[in-house]
Amino acid sequence: MDHYINIFLNAVFIENLALAFFLGMCTFLAISKSVKSAIGLGGAVIVIMGITIPLNNFLLNYLLKEGALARWFGSDFSSVNLEFLSLITFIGTIAAMVQILEMSLDRFFPPLYNTLGIFLPLITVNCAILGGSLFMQERDYDFAESVVYGLGSGFGWALAIAGLAGIREKMKYSDVPDGLKGLGITFMTVGLMALAFMCFGGIDLSEEAAAAEPSGSEELVVVSDGGTESMVVPDETEAEVSE
Amino acid sequence: MAELKPKDVLLNPLANDNPIALQVLGICSALAVTTKLETSFVMALSVIFVLGLSNAAVSAIRMYIPSSIRIIVQMTIISSLVIVVDQFLQAFAYEASKTMSVFVGLIITNCIVMGRAEAFAMKNPPLISMIDGIGNALGYSLILIIVGFFRELFGSGKLFGITVLQPLQKVVNEAGEAVWQGWYVPNGLMLLPPSAFFLIGLIIWVLRTWKPEQSNRDPVL
Repeated sequence: MDHYINIFLNAVFIENLALAFFLGMCTFLAISKSVKSAIGLGGAVIVIMGITIPLNNFLLNYLLKEGALARWFGSDFSSVNLEFLSLITFIGTIAAMVQILEMSLDRFFPPLYNTLGIFLPLITVNCAILGGSLFMQERDYDFAESVVYGLGSGFGWALAIAGLAGIREKMKYSDVPDGLKGLGITFMTVGLMALAFMCFGGIDLSEEAAAAEPSGSEELVVVSDGGTESMVVPDETEAEVSE
Repeated sequence: MAELKPKDVLLNPLANDNPIALQVLGICSALAVTTKLETSFVMALSVIFVLGLSNAAVSAIRMYIPSSIRIIVQMTIISSLVIVVDQFLQAFAYEASKTMSVFVGLIITNCIVMGRAEAFAMKNPPLISMIDGIGNALGYSLILIIVGFFRELFGSGKLFGITVLQPLQKVVNEAGEAVWQGWYVPNGLMLLPPSAFFLIGLIIWVLRTWKPEQSNRDPVL
């Protein structure tokens, strides 16, 4: 269980797709004028990521990986490796899922469709979604991990865009230099937000870090929703500082 | 549409209608790959290739695409081209493709490619669409290279991996004493992603002071 909580927290804070990897920036900057629409878009991203990342994981492990086809068509196919098709498969899944979700929401949940509707087509080209699938591939998550990772990274993205929208709503009242108004100052704001998020960077939630003897390094005890959890500041960060 | 001149279509995106600074397209990848000038160049070349050809291809079949599934069709064209680039880089520029990791794949969702396919290639004949694609990719490359230049120069004192500003460091000389060498203290912030945001913000500021009319067309404002 701890393992999944770790993946979730890691995806939300430490490896936030928007603020640590800068994915989905175009929509991030363009749709952050008001908190309301930002939350709508964030919700849509959580749903789509929660669906597409596990689905892509399934396709990757059961169709594309080397030898995966042997499971279905016998041992003749055990040397077939279709992983080079993963990009086109992922984006196809995403585009199709977005379209299906849009149609089914329209048919069964009209009120939800009206709030999310306009954002759904935008999501196809949101690189955070594809980025999530690619990171899932790179890190070799299994199915359950990919579900948690999908929800977590979607949630992290939603959190970041809601935060930016909040800041920008307040910024209407400040006196920004002419040339910097709009896009320019938004870039700088995101830069500062990203700097703030970087302070999560030193936290290592992986099991090896938790199992390692915390000799010499300070230990932070953080109370989270799930109870008491100890986070160990890895030695490397200290070493870097002292150099 | 009759008076589209190839030269304007090619050069407008450089300053007047820059994809990053004005159209808010293709920002994600611009930030991640610009720590070094070399990767910026590789990325710029890949995008020029993909965008030029995808615009031409989409425009060539624009009459036959049913509008309800056009996004998937465009995506398929774009991702095929990106797979070609990805495989090519892995074969011939392995080091560069290693440092860029997922960001080559992310050219697919680089909104410049989709955005130009939707906004230009679906309405214009192939040749001019290709020029538009190359022009926009050049505008994108320009920003990428400016940002990459400053980040590598001030972040590690190098350009293309060649030391330009001698970084300050402690070296042991022949007599066995530690002496300080060089004079430039590298600015570590420049290697971190937030600096790309600040640099692009400043570029936009400069651009809009030079051409104030751009502020009125800001889609984010």
